Parts: sequence; structure tokens; C-alpha cells
Amino acid sequence: MSLTTRRTRMAATALAAVLAAGGLAACGKDDDKPAEGEKPAKLVVDTFGEMGYDELVKQYEQQTGIKVELRKTAQLGEYRPKLVRYLATGKGAADVTALEEGILNEFKANPRNWADLTPLVADHSTEYLPWKWELGKAPDGRLIGLPTDVGSLAVCYRKDLFQAAGLPTERDQVSALWPDWNGFHQTGQKYKQATGKGFIDSITAVSNGVLFQQGTDLFYDQENNVIADSSPAVKAAWETATSMVDISAKASTWSPEWSGGFKQGTFAATFCPSWMLGIVADNSGEANKGKWDVASVPGGSGNWGGSWLAVPEQSKYPKEAAKLAEFLTNATSQVEAFKLKGPLPTNLEALKNEAFLSYTNEYFSNAPTGKIFGESVANIKPIHFGPKHQAVKENAFEPAMRAFENGQASKDKAWEQFTKDAQTQGAF
Amino acid sequence: MSLSATTAPPSPATPPPDVAARRRRGSLLNRLDLKYSPYLYIAPFFLIFGVFGLYPMLRTAWMSLHDWDMIGDKTFIGLDNYTQLLSDDYFWNALVNTFGIFALATIPQLLLALFLANLLNRTMLRAKTFFRMAIFVPNVVSVAAVAIVFGMLFQRDFGLFNWLLSFVGVDQIDWRAQSWSSWTAIATMVNWRWIGYNTLILLAGMQAIPKDLYEAAAIDGAGPWRQFWQITLPMLKPTFLFVVILSTIGGMQLFTEPLLFANGSIIGGNQREFQTLAMYMYEKGIYNLSTAGYGAAVAWAIFMIIVLVSLINFILVRRSAK
Repeated sequence: MSLTTRRTRMAATALAAVLAAGGLAACGKDDDKPAEGEKPAKLVVDTFGEMGYDELVKQYEQQTGIKVELRKTAQLGEYRPKLVRYLATGKGAADVTALEEGILNEFKANPRNWADLTPLVADHSTEYLPWKWELGKAPDGRLIGLPTDVGSLAVCYRKDLFQAAGLPTERDQVSALWPDWNGFHQTGQKYKQATGKGFIDSITAVSNGVLFQQGTDLFYDQENNVIADSSPAVKAAWETATSMVDISAKASTWSPEWSGGFKQGTFAATFCPSWMLGIVADNSGEANKGKWDVASVPGGSGNWGGSWLAVPEQSKYPKEAAKLAEFLTNATSQVEAFKLKGPLPTNLEALKNEAFLSYTNEYFSNAPTGKIFGESVANIKPIHFGPKHQAVKENAFEPAMRAFENGQASKDKAWEQFTKDAQTQGAF
Repeated sequence: MSLSATTAPPSPATPPPDVAARRRRGSLLNRLDLKYSPYLYIAPFFLIFGVFGLYPMLRTAWMSLHDWDMIGDKTFIGLDNYTQLLSDDYFWNALVNTFGIFALATIPQLLLALFLANLLNRTMLRAKTFFRMAIFVPNVVSVAAVAIVFGMLFQRDFGLFNWLLSFVGVDQIDWRAQSWSSWTAIATMVNWRWIGYNTLILLAGMQAIPKDLYEAAAIDGAGPWRQFWQITLPMLKPTFLFVVILSTIGGMQLFTEPLLFANGSIIGGNQREFQTLAMYMYEKGIYNLSTAGYGAAVAWAIFMIIVLVSLINFILVRRSAK
């Protein structure tokens, strides 16, 4: 036997061994679902950001004797790839998994990954904001998510900067400045004239506000065709936002210019879903405590963000997991979570709760955030998100808008860039 | 005593039978040991490489032939992904960006590393070990930390570089808004991290050059400059090839720096000014759940490009060595 053939044979054997190992690993899926009615020793809950479940899971442990492990991931950006890995490999997903509005749709596109909750929990369909409840359903009719919170929408503004520019500072008077987007633009122009600085952080912040107030189809129609170039809602958001380029500080959301801008006062107002309040407070720091306040959003209520709790099909205890999700989303739990970390309730009873309505936020000049956000929630109009809403918004709509804002492209060129990219990003 | 094909060659003096048998058995083990144990010693590497290197590669190749939804259906479509890739503007855009950043990062980096290595190689330098250690420190810092700090330095509104430039009358630059500025910023991060590493490798190569060559050259009247050009550089060629190929692999796979520079946006700039190939692969293969097959095709395209560029390097350096 010559040396070369022997080498080849060795290599072939090694390769075969490796492939066999890989194959074995692939076949190693465990199908050992426990017997019916067996009580689980432990349930796992996956959340991102701060959903305020820390105390609630302890209560649940005491009530049921089932241990609950709460796995928190700080940012949605890290959370999503992990979840994708769990689903793609069929392993590792928590029994109860939080799904955010922006990513819910793409996971709904493959509903088989999620347990149908309808037979597992009592009928709660009338207890929540109706549109929020509907969005938890997959296209094939399965109920895959129980509603947790909504973002709602308000304007956060700096009282001290408003005062320096000769604008009113009381939250009711400020809200009265902008019944509509035109009023908002004019206030911004007054501010810019007085101070020479940008009024709003960026025009994409404006476009978010307008988009989420539309209450109709955005980038997709009801049949989930991409309609980015013809959608009136998208066009409205585009026109309103691009018209405000003169009052923008050009600090796009989440950029270092943006987070630094809060401390430096490069802009005097930004749009605040209720979960944004904590972020504004963190970025502005202790030194700016009491300088921020919360006013209503121009042009009526809207919603930015919010989540659902779902049970992955791979969970070994779908029944008990659904019970836990049911507990975490009930009225009492939602008020508890709001008081702890601020996610806005979606349960109608929670929204009427006295403790919720009387809550004031110390950092934001004691603004009655429970009342402000609670009232706006009732007026939120449901929006139809398509399967790739988040990708179209983040990777086509907003970049094109920023290219215009920075003077990299004319308005027409930027619109062209958006409609072209929307097709690729929106395909699924 | 019968001599089978497997027995040892006959020894010069025939020993008594029992001793011979023992020796034969010993030599058989010995020969087995000689023949096969080397394979056993290197087996762990190949096993690990097989599981974490080869298997993922083959799997990726298999995925690239499918319309592959990460959490849904998978359909075999042959080479369609690759045909689509050839006419994909954003793929070519990412390719141009990658090569642009690669050129800005590699050329100054290797020149500077060569200069520094030559400096550190001088015999009269004091505190040599200190400098050699110090120059390696940037490489030890986590890439995310580097990218975040440099991202702040290159900020538009409060960045250090814009502040410094304002003293010489340069207007505020939005570093992320043009290709040239974003490439420069990213190349700066790469250079900062890798100059020290390359310096050390080149320094090691320089120290392997026999001293008597320099002495002979000095006797013949060659100054330090001439010695550098005619002894150091030609003798350093194999080391240089190694460094260039490593930089190529790193440059083609550039991911973390541009991603963090874009504040985590996978498209790298409003008009994809600095989206690299690796970022495009991630966008298609992982960010967009339903195009994982296409992402796998991008991954294989990157692999082919690295092989191609490395081959060109190899041929160039080998030809000039002749």
C-alpha cells in the first residue's frame, strides 16, 4: 500500500467519524415529553429589558411550589439571536418566552414553533385591549401570545431649555402648544430661532411618532404584500418627518450623539413610549433630575413597543407554562410590574386600578405618568405589522430618512432608496 | 524459526530462541508505536477541527444550496443563491467596502510594523523588553472595548478627533456619513489593535537573520539603510507572507469594528457606506431569518475570496523570492 492511499484512507476514516458524530448529534433530539399531569420541578422564563417580574415569580413559587427561573437579557438585540438559535435547533428555549411587538410578526410567520394557548388557559379575550389581544394570534388562528404591556406615546421635554427659549413649561400648556404636528413644528422653529439649537433629537423619532398613530397598514397590506411605496401611512410619516429637518439635532436614536445629547442638552424634546422614560433618565443622569417633564403627543395617541408572553412548542410542560404566563399577565401582576419597572398594563382592569392611575414619576418632575399614559392607552388604534416590519423600518425606512437628514441624498433620492430597499428587506 | 512478512529484519547475530521471540514481540509493538502513534497524537486536533471547522463548513455549503428559513421551511434550489449573488448590488458594495477598509488598514499597518520592528531590533535600544511588551498591549484589549472607545472618539458632536481638527480649522466631520471617513475610522481601530502584533512577528523574523550577514555587509561598507534594503527585507519575505495572509484573513472577516461603529446597525451606515462582507453575511444569514441559505452562499463567497487573495499573495511573494 502506497503512502498516499493510506493517507487518503486515514483522512476518509476521520471524515466519516466526524460526519457520524455530527449525524448522531443531529439525531439526539429528545422526545421524552413527561406523562400527562406530571408536575414540573422548574419552569424557565425568558425576558428582555426590564419587565418587572422579579417579585411576581417569587409569589408564584410560593403559591404553586414550582420553581421558576427568570432569565433576563438586557437588550432585545441580544435576545432575538438567542431565541432564533433555540427555535432553529429545537433546544434551550424557556417555557415562557417574551416576544416584542417588532419581532413578534416574524415569529408568527412560523406558528408551528409556538404552542396554541387557547385550550391551555381560560378565555381572557375580553379582559385586554382588544387590538393587543388580536395581535397575539397567528395567521392560522392559534393564540400564541398573552399581552403584557404597551409602549403608548408621549413627548418628553426639558423644562429648563423651554424656559430659556421663552416657551411655557407647565405640562398642560406645553401639550396645548401642539394639538397637531404643525403646531409641534412651529414650536420647534420658535425654539430654534431663540437658541440656534435643534429642538427634536432626529426626524426618525418624529416618523416613529407619526407611523404609530396611523392605526392602519404600514409597510404591508392585510395580505402581507409589501406596499411601502404606496402606503398612505408611510407617506404621511415620511412627509411630516422630512419637513422637520430644520428643527432636528440630527442625533439618531441609540447613537452616541443621541445618548450624549441628553446630558449636553443638544435637543429639548424627544418621543417617549413609557418604557423610554427609564432610558431618558439614565442618559440624562442624576444632575438633570427634575428638569424633564412629560407632555402629550401631537396628533393623538399612538403606540411604540410592547410585548406578549408565548410558550414555545418545545417546552416540556406547555400546560404549566401557559398557567404561569396567565398569572404574569393578569391584572394584579401587571400593576405590580408597572410599579416595579414601568411597563404599561394592557389588562383593562389594571388600567383602571387606583394604584396605577395615581402613580407619579419622581425623575420627571413628578409627572403623573400612570394617568398620562393610562388615558392615552384607550385611544390607541391597532396597527397591522407585516412579517418583516422591523427589518423594513430599521434597515430601509430609517436609513433613507437619515441619509436625507444628513444631506447625503435629496428627498427624492432618499425615497427611491427606501422603496428599493423595502422590497428586499420586506421579502419573506 | 519461520520469518513472516511482519517480523523485524534479521539481526546480525542469531540470539537464543526465547530471547528472539521476546525481541520480536517488542519490536512489533515498537513498530506499531512508530507507525501509528503520531496519528494518535495529532488526532485530537483533527477531531476538534472536524467538529468545529469542517462540519460547519460542509453544513454551510449544504445550506447555501437551499432556500433556507432558519425557523421554517427549507427547499432545495441548487445554485440559485450563487447566481443571485452575482447580480446583487449590495454584495458588490460590501466587497468594495471590505477591500477599501482592508487597503487602508493593511498597508499603513504593515509599513509601520516594519518600521517599529526595525527600531526594536536595534542593539543600542534601552529597555527593549519593556517596549516589546508595551507595543503588544493594544492587541490584548477586547475588540468591543476598542470599537466602543474609538466610536466615541469619532463622534460627530463631541468626538475628540473633530475637536482636535477644529483647531486647524477643519469643519465638523460626520465620520459615519461618507465612505472615506468611515473607512478611515474603522481602519484606525484595526491598525491600533494589530500594529503591535505584526511588529512582534516581524521582529522575530528579523532576529532569525544571521548576524554575520550584517557584519560582512558592514565590512564591505554598507550603511544601515542599505543593510535594511538588501539584507533585512529579502530575508524577511517568508515572515512577511505569513503576516500578509493573516491580515488578509482578518481583513476579509472584519465584523465587530464596523458593526459597533454603526451603533449595532447591521447595514453599516445610512447608505451602506461601511457594511463589510461579514456584516452582509450576518444580515442575510442571521438577521433575516428567512434568507439563511443566501447568507450561507455569502459565507462561501467570502471563503473563496480569502483563498483567492491568499493565493495571489503567495504567488507574488514566491516569484519575487526567486
